Amino acid sequence: MTTLTTAPAGPSTRAGTPPRRRGGPRPWLYLLPSAAVLVPLLGYPVYMLGLLSVFDYRQAQVSGGEPTRFIGLANYAALAGDGRFWSVLGQTVAFAAALVVATLAVGAALAVVLTRAARVPRLLLSLAAMAAWAAPAVTGSTVWMFLFDADLGLVNQVLGLDGFNWFYDKWVAFGIVGATVVWHSFPFVMVTLYAGIQAIPASVLEAAALDGASAWHAFWRVMVPMLRPLITIVVIQSIIWDFKIFTQVYVMTSGGGIAGQNTVLNVYAYQTAFGSSEYGLGSAIGVVMTLILLAVTLLYLRALYRGGEKL
Amino acid sequence: MKMLNRAIAGAALLALAACAPSTAPSASGGDDKSGTLRVWLFDEPNRAPKEKVVGEAIKEFTAANPGVTVEVSYIPTTPARHEKFKGAFNDPASAPDVAEYGNTDLAEYAAAGGFADLNEDLRAWPEGRDIGTDLLRSATVDGKVYGLPWYIGIRALYYRTDVFGELKLKPPTSLKELTSTARTIREKRPDLYGVAVGGEYTFGALPFVWSFGGDLEKLDGAGSREGVKAYTDLLADDNCPPQACAGLTGGRTVELFAGGKAAMGILGNFNRSAVDAGPAAGKYAVVPLPGAEPGSIAPAFAGGNNLGVMKSSRHRSLAVKFLELLGGKTYQTKMYEAMGNLPTLTSAREELAAKEAFLKPFLDTVAAGTRFVPVDPAWVKIDNQKVIPTMLQKVATKQATVEQATTEAAAAVKAAFGGS
Repeated sequence: MTTLTTAPAGPSTRAGTPPRRRGGPRPWLYLLPSAAVLVPLLGYPVYMLGLLSVFDYRQAQVSGGEPTRFIGLANYAALAGDGRFWSVLGQTVAFAAALVVATLAVGAALAVVLTRAARVPRLLLSLAAMAAWAAPAVTGSTVWMFLFDADLGLVNQVLGLDGFNWFYDKWVAFGIVGATVVWHSFPFVMVTLYAGIQAIPASVLEAAALDGASAWHAFWRVMVPMLRPLITIVVIQSIIWDFKIFTQVYVMTSGGGIAGQNTVLNVYAYQTAFGSSEYGLGSAIGVVMTLILLAVTLLYLRALYRGGEKL
Repeated sequence: MKMLNRAIAGAALLALAACAPSTAPSASGGDDKSGTLRVWLFDEPNRAPKEKVVGEAIKEFTAANPGVTVEVSYIPTTPARHEKFKGAFNDPASAPDVAEYGNTDLAEYAAAGGFADLNEDLRAWPEGRDIGTDLLRSATVDGKVYGLPWYIGIRALYYRTDVFGELKLKPPTSLKELTSTARTIREKRPDLYGVAVGGEYTFGALPFVWSFGGDLEKLDGAGSREGVKAYTDLLADDNCPPQACAGLTGGRTVELFAGGKAAMGILGNFNRSAVDAGPAAGKYAVVPLPGAEPGSIAPAFAGGNNLGVMKSSRHRSLAVKFLELLGGKTYQTKMYEAMGNLPTLTSAREELAAKEAFLKPFLDTVAAGTRFVPVDPAWVKIDNQKVIPTMLQKVATKQATVEQATTEAAAAVKAAFGGS
C-alpha cells in the first residue's frame, strides 16, 4: 500500500482546521479503496505515457540494446510541425462532434419511442439495440462493409447500383463509417435515457399534459431538464468514445481511405507511431489526445455549472 | 484496435524498469549440441504439403544428429507476427532458434537486433554460393547477412488468351504498348478492365517506377515521375476507373483477374492456384511484365521469405545446420513441388525451368534482374504510412498532379529515412 504515504495532502490542510471539515484524514481514507485500484491501473500508465513521450524510444531501444535518450519536447515539436497532424486533428474533431450529435439524437429519439411503444415492438427494438451493442466493433464494421461492398453488397443490389464504390468519395465514406459508429453506440444512450425517463414520476408528465403541453414540449421542457445528469454523463462518454474512434475507420476504409482522406487521429497515431515502432512519438500523440479530452470534458462541465445547474 | 495500441504500449511498458525507460538485455546465445531445436515457420492457407516436406527434413536431421529433437510452431502471417517477433526478441526464453520471416520485415528485425549474422556460415557452405547477389541483398543489412533467402515470389503479366484471340491482340512488349492494349480491350469489351491495377498495389506500381530509371529514394526524379504517370494513367476510365480501382490492393486485382473481370493483371507465380480456381482457368498465359524500352522486362520486386537464426539461440551450430538442410537444394525443390515456392538457389531454379513451362516468364524476369525495397527500418515506416498508395491515389483521383504527389511522397520518404 504505497498509496498510504502519498495520499494525505500537505500539512496546511491538517494544521488548525477543525477535524470535521474538509481537511481530516477521513475523506482520504474513504478514497483509499478506489485509489488502490486507480493509481496502479491508471496513474502508472499515464505517468509512463508522459515519460516515454520525452524520450527517443523506438524498437531499437526496446530490444536492440541502443541507449534511450532524453530529447525533451522534440516529439511534441515534431507533431506541431507536422501539417498532416493538424489537418487530421481538425478532421477528427469535426467528425467526432457530428457523431456525438447524431448518437444523442438517435439514442434520445428511440428512448422516447421505447416509452411509448407497445410491448412487442418495444421488445423487438430492445433486442435489435442490444444486438448492435453486443456486436464487437470489428465484426460490426466488417458486416457494414460487406453491406456496402461495390460488387457484392446488399445495398448496391437492392438499389441497382452495381459497382458503385461507397468508399470513394470522402464525405460519403465518412457518412457510412459514421452510421456504423452511431449504430454501435446509440444503444448505450438509448438504454440510459430510457431508464431515466422511466424514473420520472408519471404524475409530472400527467401534470404537464393537463397543462396542455404537447409531446414535443413535454420532452424538451420536462424530461430533458430532469434527465440532465444522465445526459451529461452520456455526452461525456460519447465525446470520449467518438474522439478515440479507431476500429470502424481502420476496418471499413482499410486504414484511412483513398489517399488517407478518412484518417482520424487514432488511426494516424497507429500508422505513424505504433506501426513503425516509434513509441516515443506515439506516446506524445497519446498525451495530446488525453489533454484534449480532459480539456473538452472540463469545459463542458464548467459550462454546465455556469448555467446554474447542479449535477 | 485501440486495444492493440494499448497492448503495444503495454508491452513497451513492461519492458521498462521502474522509473526510466530502459532496454532489454541483449542476450547472446550458446552452442549446445543437444536438446530441443525450436523452429517457427509461417502458417499457410493450405499447410499440409508444407508440413509434410518439413517433416521429412526433420526426420533426416534428427537421424543425423542423435539426441536432438525439433519442435516446429506455425505462426500466422497476420500483422500480429510483428508483435510475436518483438516478443521473442525481448524474451529469449520464449524465442525460437530458427525462424522464417518475410524479407520486407528484415530491416525492422535487424534494427531490433534479433537475428544472428550468418555471413561466415553461408560462405563456408558450398550451396550458399549458388544464391544470386540480388537475392542475398534482400537478407543483408549493413554488410551483415541475417538469413538465408528460402524462396521468392515474382510477379509477371497474366493475360486472357481468349480475349486476346477474339480482339486479335498480341501480348505487349513495352509499358506503352501495355497501356494502348489495355485501352483497346476496355473500348471493345466494356465489361472488362484492360489491366487490373490498384491504388494500393505498391508492388504492382514499383516495376513501372524502376523501369523508367526511377527509385523509391528519389520519387521526385524524372524517371520516377514517368513511371508514376505511366501507372496512374492506367487508373482511368479508359482502363480501370478510379471509382472502382483507386482503393484496390494487390490481392483485389488478383481477384479481378481470377474472377474474369480483367483481361490482364500483374500477378505472382504464387497466384496460379487462385486463377486456376476461377473462370479464367485454362484461358490465360503469362509473359514477363514489359519495361519502358520495347522488348525489355520491367524489374520485378523480389518478395519472399528468409530463414534466420535467432541471436539468442542456445544451439547456434545446430540451428545453422538445420537451416542449411531446409534451405538446401533438395528441400527447396521439394518445397516448390509442394507449395509452388520459387527456389532461391540458381541451380535449383534452372532445373525447374527445364521441367516447368509455366515458370519460364517468372524465371526470365528473375534473370533480367530483380529489385528490392530499401532494407532499412525507414521502409516499414514508409509502408505503414502508406506513402506510395497515397501518392498513386492522389494522382488517380485528381487531388494532385504527378508533380505535386511525387514531391510530397519524396518528402515523406526523406523524413522516414531521416528520422531513423
